[in-house]
Amino acid sequence: MIYLDYQATTPLAPEAREAMLRWLGDDGFANPHSPHRPGRAAAAAVEFAREQVAGLFPPGGRVVFTSGATEALNIALFGCGAKRLAVSAIEHAAVLDTARAIDPEVALFPVDGEGLVAPDAALPPGVGLVAVMQVNNEIGTIQPIECLAKAAHAAGALFVCDAVQGAGKLSPPAIADMIAVSAHKLHGPKGIGALWVRDGLTLTPLIYGGGQEQGLRSGTLSPALCAGFGAAAALALSLRESDGKHVDKLWTTLRASLPGWTLNGSENHRWKGNLNLRRDGLDVARLMSDCRDIAFSAGSACASGSGRPSHVLRALGLTDAEARSSIRLGFGRYSTLTEIDAAAAQIRDAAEAQGL
Amino acid sequence: MLDGFALWANPSSPHGAGRKARAALEDARERIRAALGWDGEVIFTSSASEALALGISRCVLPLAAVSPVEHDAVLRHAGTATRLPVDSLGLVRPADCAVRGLVAVQQANSETGVMQPIEALASAARDAGGLLLADCAQGAGKLTLPDADMIALSAHKFGGPVGIGALLVRDWAMLAPTGGQERGYRGGTENLPGVLGMVAALEVDREWLETALMLRNRIDSEITAMGGESLCAATARVPTIAAYRMPGRSANAQLIRFDAKGIAVSAGSACSSGSLRTSHVLEAIGYPHATEVIRVSLGSETTAEEVERFLAVWAEVAR
Repeated sequence: MIYLDYQATTPLAPEAREAMLRWLGDDGFANPHSPHRPGRAAAAAVEFAREQVAGLFPPGGRVVFTSGATEALNIALFGCGAKRLAVSAIEHAAVLDTARAIDPEVALFPVDGEGLVAPDAALPPGVGLVAVMQVNNEIGTIQPIECLAKAAHAAGALFVCDAVQGAGKLSPPAIADMIAVSAHKLHGPKGIGALWVRDGLTLTPLIYGGGQEQGLRSGTLSPALCAGFGAAAALALSLRESDGKHVDKLWTTLRASLPGWTLNGSENHRWKGNLNLRRDGLDVARLMSDCRDIAFSAGSACASGSGRPSHVLRALGLTDAEARSSIRLGFGRYSTLTEIDAAAAQIRDAAEAQGL
Repeated sequence: MLDGFALWANPSSPHGAGRKARAALEDARERIRAALGWDGEVIFTSSASEALALGISRCVLPLAAVSPVEHDAVLRHAGTATRLPVDSLGLVRPADCAVRGLVAVQQANSETGVMQPIEALASAARDAGGLLLADCAQGAGKLTLPDADMIALSAHKFGGPVGIGALLVRDWAMLAPTGGQERGYRGGTENLPGVLGMVAALEVDREWLETALMLRNRIDSEITAMGGESLCAATARVPTIAAYRMPGRSANAQLIRFDAKGIAVSAGSACSSGSLRTSHVLEAIGYPHATEVIRVSLGSETTAEEVERFLAVWAEVAR
């Protein structure tokens, strides 16, 4: 199998797996909130991991471990108490649906044909919170979050950034108030993510209980998941430059191998580990079934199989037919040039079989 | 779990790798239902705390009553809900649960091990048009699942990994969906290794519980003989948890001495350990010597030798 679905999830880094196994063994099971010796050792591992994960964020805030980015975003949006929200039209459902639940009238920033929010997008009056993602999960476009964050602050609103797809790859959003990330999108384990909260900001919890994570997020922390996340974050930061170069090379090859396909989203303002392409008249379901050895997707994993055309591609101004003839190819650290070549050949053949 | 690490694709992805992960996830869900003898629905969460937050906040009925000996994961959501009266053992009376709303009562207490008569409480709640949510964090995987309408559990309390739990719901109609994964009841990429770890932990045999009960009874009688007290020993308790008073020694002083001897026990729940707050559980049951009580818990690996060593250290600390 050739895995080209790096936006849905990424392979677990061997280093992260190794870091986890230590805490799944016989002496690693203690509750990190227990004051006895094994508990303190587990707590030390959690705090060490927290330092490693903090490297993904700007200085001046704290890292709160959660079960994933979805939970982190729910805490951020519900927890800050804002009633009027403005978010981009291409946010992940974890932001869009949460924002709608809080503010049924939530304002949506449109995007242009390149999939970019205007840096000077107008904020609705009385807005309390603005959320714009760093890198879009479907088309890979990098949003002008610095400008939007400044505008939010000027309007007296908080700025939240879903950095799931950019964390460990790009510089962190420097002036956000809250940033959400997910471990399994950067070669860490599933079941853990983090919310970074700027110092001085207080939030209301969603999950109450033992009062862990300074009372913001109750629930026993898993030393194994924290350690795996920490190792994955540290690795991503140390390999950032080489991972980036590798991805650029794969992108150039794959893009050149698929002439006649149209790129969805900006060519320049993007994370190049995401290649979202369309071809008029393409039957994506048939293509996927013909390319059974390649794991790729026609949109986000969560919305896959729903049959709905992607809200992101629609926001770009694509017709339903264009949106339905689009595929997403995602690759990264562990993808090889050989795999990329083989996948491109299979996709070309499958499209040709459709007379395209 | 290692199988789960190998199946790392996103279970919501429609490609082959994703479908394999999905199949493993759904297979695990069925195995969990079989292992627990539960014929209702299973929603995977990151913990019992999250399961309880989900059950309480998304239930179609408002939270009307809770026992005062619940874990903070319930109490902190309870707002102005009625606090049910409890006797000196911490037991709730069925008649008090006849409420047209959601009633939350735990299966077994995390500090004393006391088991509530959940079946009777649930049937009183149902007769009144209410629903019963049982926090089974301390009982699941050890005791038979009680006949409640919603049940919260946590894998790491029965030998599974930390970071995974579940909310069991008798019927989807009891909850309002939020959208996202888990049939729209819980958003977030599913933690397959965690789920597989939870299943494996549920499927091991439970014979060790008989040993644990024997060891617990031995600690009970020895400590009583040495002038200590075993709390709530007059009612049914989960064999893995017991609370003991050592007269004249603060719980903290005991903890330091036990820790120095390599014995990990606690004062109250782990979450509030070190906070020096008096246990809300012991306060609710009106226990007068709460500051002298430690919690001792046993598991499948606990041996008779360890228990004897604990008892020897207990005698030394009490001296």
